[in-house]
Amino acid sequence: MTIEATVDGEVIQWRDRKRHLWIVGAIVPLIPVSMWGLYVLTGSSLVWYFGPFFVFVLIPIADLLAGLDPDNPPDEVIEALEGDRYYRWVTYAFIPVQIAGLIWGAYLLGGGTLPGIDDPLTVAEKIGLALGLGMVAGIGINTAHELGHKKEEHERWFARVALAQTFYGHFFIEHNRGHHVRVATPEDPASGRLGETVWEFMPRTVWGSLKSAWGLEKKRFERQKKSHWSIKNDLFNAWMFSVVLWGGLVAAFGWEILPYLVLQAVAGIWLLESVNYLEHYGMKRAKLESGRYERVNPSHSWNSNNIATNVLLYHLQRHSDHHANPTRRYQALRDFKEAPVLPTGYAGMIVLSWVPQIWRSVMDERVLSHYEGDLSRTNLHPRTAKKYARKHGAVKEGAA
Amino acid sequence: MSQFVCPNCEYVYDEAKGDPREGWPAGTPFADIDADWACPDCGVREQVDFVPAGSTTEDIREGDQA
Repeated sequence: MTIEATVDGEVIQWRDRKRHLWIVGAIVPLIPVSMWGLYVLTGSSLVWYFGPFFVFVLIPIADLLAGLDPDNPPDEVIEALEGDRYYRWVTYAFIPVQIAGLIWGAYLLGGGTLPGIDDPLTVAEKIGLALGLGMVAGIGINTAHELGHKKEEHERWFARVALAQTFYGHFFIEHNRGHHVRVATPEDPASGRLGETVWEFMPRTVWGSLKSAWGLEKKRFERQKKSHWSIKNDLFNAWMFSVVLWGGLVAAFGWEILPYLVLQAVAGIWLLESVNYLEHYGMKRAKLESGRYERVNPSHSWNSNNIATNVLLYHLQRHSDHHANPTRRYQALRDFKEAPVLPTGYAGMIVLSWVPQIWRSVMDERVLSHYEGDLSRTNLHPRTAKKYARKHGAVKEGAA
Repeated sequence: MSQFVCPNCEYVYDEAKGDPREGWPAGTPFADIDADWACPDCGVREQVDFVPAGSTTEDIREGDQA
């Protein structure tokens, strides 16, 4: 498939080299079921931990091996590229596979057996399986993210379905109308601050985002002069999908699966919020004289052109363009040459975030040099502010 | 009755139709809308950033520098 466009008076043929790679995204939710095959082949209990192994080991290695993809579609083809429905069908396909995988996993968590799986799983095996379901759930939040940003009403409903597994239905409200508005400011619960560990960030973002989503919908209903205790409240109608999904699974496979459902949801939310942590770590928008923050620009997001994670996450790592054009479809997102770049893909960066000392040694110098050594221009975490001021306080010579 | 356009995503606020879902009933003048009301589609432009419908691309770009 090529797109014809006129660039500088010359007719060009442009071909999307990643076109077929995007199908990989819909293969990800097959990870849980693939463990069945691996188990039959190897007989090893370890295969039930394949999910985290895939996300935290295989993908970071694939990023290191496969390298970078700086290819940008020319401006002139973007409209045609966005209009090609193939790309959106690839994202829709994710959702039924995701739900089927969850049902399959819940059956095993409830003590079910299958050909080749003669005995019910042990607790340790179930924990591994739940973590694997959680990896899909977290990547499912990313699929919901792509769909929730779109103008088409049916895509916003698909987003709610993809969020049902994690009980995170409020995400598409808070993300679009909270996070995008306040990104890279101290007021945003979902922007990581310089010196903040991912462990501190988690409760702040989970609770802060929920509160903010609640407030946004409450305000919308106040403008309508109606009560926000309504099924038209997007929080309630999104959470309803979770009530139905979780309720159905518990009814079918028993109460004993509930702790594992919670575990997979926590794992999925952790994955998503880890990405929030690193996407804007330390970045701060300047305040203008008018009291408003400056527009979000490419300098306010961390990017990566690592192709493995980019294919897995629908170009999420082309994050500067996403914030500049939130409704733009993933296949048309561009790499901005002037945007700050992470040392590796998001998957590998999540692994680094687990040990704050390693995270800081990799990231803090990058944040500071991004702001020419000027600590006051960073989004500095209050707890560590004094320590950082002692260590990095003096503006470096030659800095603006 | 006039129309106003989000300079980022081309969402159109039509005064005649309002946007009841957002709490602006049909006939709500654009001037009566909160200045910090964010575009319901993209979220990254606010009421004060919107431009009158029919503006040329250059007008929009120029007006969108805040």
